[in-house]
Amino acid sequence: MDLKGKNIIIIGERDGIQGPAIAACVESAGAKPLLVQTQCFV
Amino acid sequence: MVVLGAPDADSSELYAETLIHGDPSWMGPLAGVQLGLPVYHIMEPAILSQISQTCRKEHLELMEMALDIEKITEGLNRARNSGK
Repeated sequence: MDLKGKNIIIIGERDGIQGPAIAACVESAGAKPLLVQTQCFV
Repeated sequence: MVVLGAPDADSSELYAETLIHGDPSWMGPLAGVQLGLPVYHIMEPAILSQISQTCRKEHLELMEMALDIEKITEGLNRARNSGK
């Protein structure tokens, strides 16, 4: 799956990888984050 | 498309199952709603390979060592390939 030019919904998690970190990563691959969330179940 | 950052294989599979086929517990608003979205985990090799080395080092390196990427990929493949 090529990330370049894709619109991305990001569901991060506090105990895993947080939303803003994923957003920075997919942006570096040329994708556009549409929604960035970080879930927390603590 | 959807990119996940869940810390284990079970929760990743559950997210994927819900976003592709609808809520498997039939409790939430996505019960019976098949969105059919392409779902990937940020640590899957196919996604990870496209991320710049600087970003990968800054944001993902630590978790790469902690997560069971093989199991997460397995779980997501199961959700993607199950033709419910």
